[in-house]
Amino acid sequence: MSKPSGLVFLCVLALSIPAAWSDEAPSASTAATTEAPAASTPPAAAAAPTEPTLMGADKISAGDTAWMLTSTALVLMMSIPGLALFYGGMVRKKNVLATLMQTFAITCLVTLLWWLIGYSWAFTPGGPFLGSASRAFFNGMTFIHDPTNQMSVSHLALTIPESVYAMFQLTFAAITPALIAGAFADRMKFSALLVFMAAWSLLVYSPIAHMVWEPTGWLNKAGVLDYAGGTVVHINAGVAGLASCLVLGKRLGYGREAMAPHNLTLTLIGASLLWVGWFGFNAGSAGAADGRAGMAMLVTQLATAAAALAWASAEWVSRGKPSVLGIASGAVAGLVAITPASGFVGPTPAVIIGVVAGVLCFIAATSLKHALGYDDSLDAFGVHGIGGIIGALLTGVFASKEISGLDASVLTQLKGVAVTLVYGFAASFIILKVIDMTIGLRVTEEQEREGLDISLHGESIE
Amino acid sequence: MKLITAIIKPFKLDDVRQAVSEVGVQGVTVTEVRGFGRQRGHTEIYRGAEYVVEFVPKTKIEIAVDDSLVDLVIEAITKSAQTGKVGDGKIFVFDLTQVVRIRTGERDASAI
Repeated sequence: MSKPSGLVFLCVLALSIPAAWSDEAPSASTAATTEAPAASTPPAAAAAPTEPTLMGADKISAGDTAWMLTSTALVLMMSIPGLALFYGGMVRKKNVLATLMQTFAITCLVTLLWWLIGYSWAFTPGGPFLGSASRAFFNGMTFIHDPTNQMSVSHLALTIPESVYAMFQLTFAAITPALIAGAFADRMKFSALLVFMAAWSLLVYSPIAHMVWEPTGWLNKAGVLDYAGGTVVHINAGVAGLASCLVLGKRLGYGREAMAPHNLTLTLIGASLLWVGWFGFNAGSAGAADGRAGMAMLVTQLATAAAALAWASAEWVSRGKPSVLGIASGAVAGLVAITPASGFVGPTPAVIIGVVAGVLCFIAATSLKHALGYDDSLDAFGVHGIGGIIGALLTGVFASKEISGLDASVLTQLKGVAVTLVYGFAASFIILKVIDMTIGLRVTEEQEREGLDISLHGESIE
Repeated sequence: MKLITAIIKPFKLDDVRQAVSEVGVQGVTVTEVRGFGRQRGHTEIYRGAEYVVEFVPKTKIEIAVDDSLVDLVIEAITKSAQTGKVGDGKIFVFDLTQVVRIRTGERDASAI
């Protein structure tokens, strides 16, 4: 907070992602950003607030707020039921309810943790690695109707209420740990899952989100670009998935018994819900209803279609048939890879990113996994980890200054990738080991054979 | 009386039902089953993991008939279920010692 105002202004304008501004069309959000801040802002930050601030309702854009409310609902739909069905269809019939339960329970758990401290640690100014506790229990997040008609506004999205911004980010915080669950499907205890996800959300997700997205975070200051969460969400979840399938070990009978997906109809519906919801994820990360949001939506569609066809084609050429699971997996790989790039690149680079992600994620999920011998059951690392890395690096290659107003560099992107991989893997590994030594991570052999639906939840489907 | 059990390709069920109705069969019991014969199984690939499906889905039908109908029914099933490819199925014929209609208590021929 004591930084020179010019530097702070630059930080906010140049580095805050997803900031509510656009350099193409002078919209309500642009005007609001450049206007004098509310009276409660300290004089040092005369240009723009650097922390959540109380503002008058006249500073709020109805259009931006409407789009962000919509985006928030779309991203929640990605987790439940989108991701739940995507994963649920891929497991064996005896584990489908347990798999659906994981995503649903994680969504509830992270919601409360976000209120407790997660949001505050991620999105308030603080040190290079973690924000402050000033918004614990959403303290200070408010709307005052009479007589002033004021509300708190995040410094990261200046034209919408902070309540909407915190809710939008909550849905990201919820889906990220749920993605990890794909790596250890069919074998983790439900109690261990809850403890792991709670610890992971607070000790891994919030710090990484702060480092990359909050202007006081050191990766943000270093110029790492991550428009909608390629690094924070996907690399982060992917590498945690890799750590968890290594710590937990393979499923019983892996490589010997048939573990074919029990219902790919569910998986395709889930992938489709993810695709639709992803417009909230990427175009919503504009923080505004503006030209940049429109471009983000356009490139998301292009990259996803390209990656879906690329995966299915690679499969067709190498294995003889294009599969439903293949085209759905390819679409998700494309969505993941375009995520960090979506507010930075134009249409043609989006198609290239999609094709590269489709082919490389296909190789990662089909050959690399078997070559290295780990059991990433539903390819959380193969699709989200690898796809996220491809997207982060290609963002450095293809980011357009015209669209983003920023300079990108592959080396800086590599730094963001490396830090997330190392920190995410190490922290996840330690958390998992601690849980394994205390309450135990894995279900008993008998429970695993019987299926988690019956053994953990006392229910089953016919 | 005989019990005719036939294992057929699932998509042939409607043809077979129609064919046996036409020769005078009053009732058929149908079960979804799996098994292997000369057709063997097939291979499925999910994200590069190959699974050999050794038991192929088939449909089993059971028909109780009077002795006079046995040859007609066998012929009807054979014609209607045939594709000429491996995996068309088999027909087994068993002696049937008793039949009871539960509603009325009728027995044997009048109960079929």
